[in-house]
Amino acid sequence: MTLANEREHSLKEFRSGLKAPLPLALGVISFGMAYGMIAIQGDLSFLESTLMSIAVFAGASQFIAIGMLMSGAGALPILLTTFMINSRHFLMSASLAPFAQRWKLRWKVLLSFLLADETYALTISSFSKNAPSKYYQLGVGLNIYIIWVLSSMVGSALGPIAGNPQAWGLDFALPATFIVLVVPMLQNWRDFAVSFVAGLLSIAGFIFLPGKWYVTFASLLAAAFGWGLVEFCKAK
Amino acid sequence: MGFGRILQGEVIAIILGMACITFLTRFLFVAVLGRIRISEKAIAVMRFVPIAVLTSLIAPAILAPRGYVDFSFVNEYLVAGLVATAVTYRTKSLILAIVVGIATILSMRLLLL
Repeated sequence: MTLANEREHSLKEFRSGLKAPLPLALGVISFGMAYGMIAIQGDLSFLESTLMSIAVFAGASQFIAIGMLMSGAGALPILLTTFMINSRHFLMSASLAPFAQRWKLRWKVLLSFLLADETYALTISSFSKNAPSKYYQLGVGLNIYIIWVLSSMVGSALGPIAGNPQAWGLDFALPATFIVLVVPMLQNWRDFAVSFVAGLLSIAGFIFLPGKWYVTFASLLAAAFGWGLVEFCKAK
Repeated sequence: MGFGRILQGEVIAIILGMACITFLTRFLFVAVLGRIRISEKAIAVMRFVPIAVLTSLIAPAILAPRGYVDFSFVNEYLVAGLVATAVTYRTKSLILAIVVGIATILSMRLLLL
């Protein structure tokens, strides 16, 4: 491939990455606005609330940090909770690592920083169908990042005057997106079995574990279960 | 209101700490696994990770939308989830799944209230 061709191809991948999250923008926007409003109600200033969205870029842990700040928690429990909630990203980045092996360090740093749940879901689903492209992942990540930061700023600016996205069913956009992404991945009985086990364990974890631990707990055990299935079937 | 005891500087420190920790969880394996060869078998098992992660994000969101498990057909999120799954099987359209799902939720609320 010539240099010009390569650039054109990268640009094409970047553009299709930028477009990919548009259908779920509604979900991210309502989530981001809800965060911005709650941050203001929790006594954060507009700048602090925005800085958190820019620097942390992790919805669930931002919500929980605000809640903990409001209840008077100090730095250590908040940081520990952040670690626990985001430990699910260890699994996501591990599953992207085979693709990332050839990337330069600055790409690894940039794309890791942008790796939210939605970015991961769209990227891994594209990488399993099409040729993996870091430009595609960059497009997806940047789009979601920009939407997240802007909508949290709008939420903070509006403050408590705007309504609750749950009342309009907008909070369904996120699980709907995950459904659309996971259904085509279920291609044989092992995939179905892993999905079923993950569902059962996540509900159990949701009931018995604090915070978002259920994601890490259920994903780890269900993936291990899948490993067991692969081993068991080879042994026969 | 809230946390008057905590200084501005402490809030900034907490935000920066959260940023570092979050980045670490997203970067560590990409950085470390980049240096070792990943076996065929590991890749076969990694295939299950997105399935497991996505399912465990979906299940509580539709089975326990209000914080407690509601396994019944008056749970509009569960019904919407099933409808969205059916839409996905037939069309693979994300927008359609979201729109039909939200329409399901809103019409069930109208009918059940």
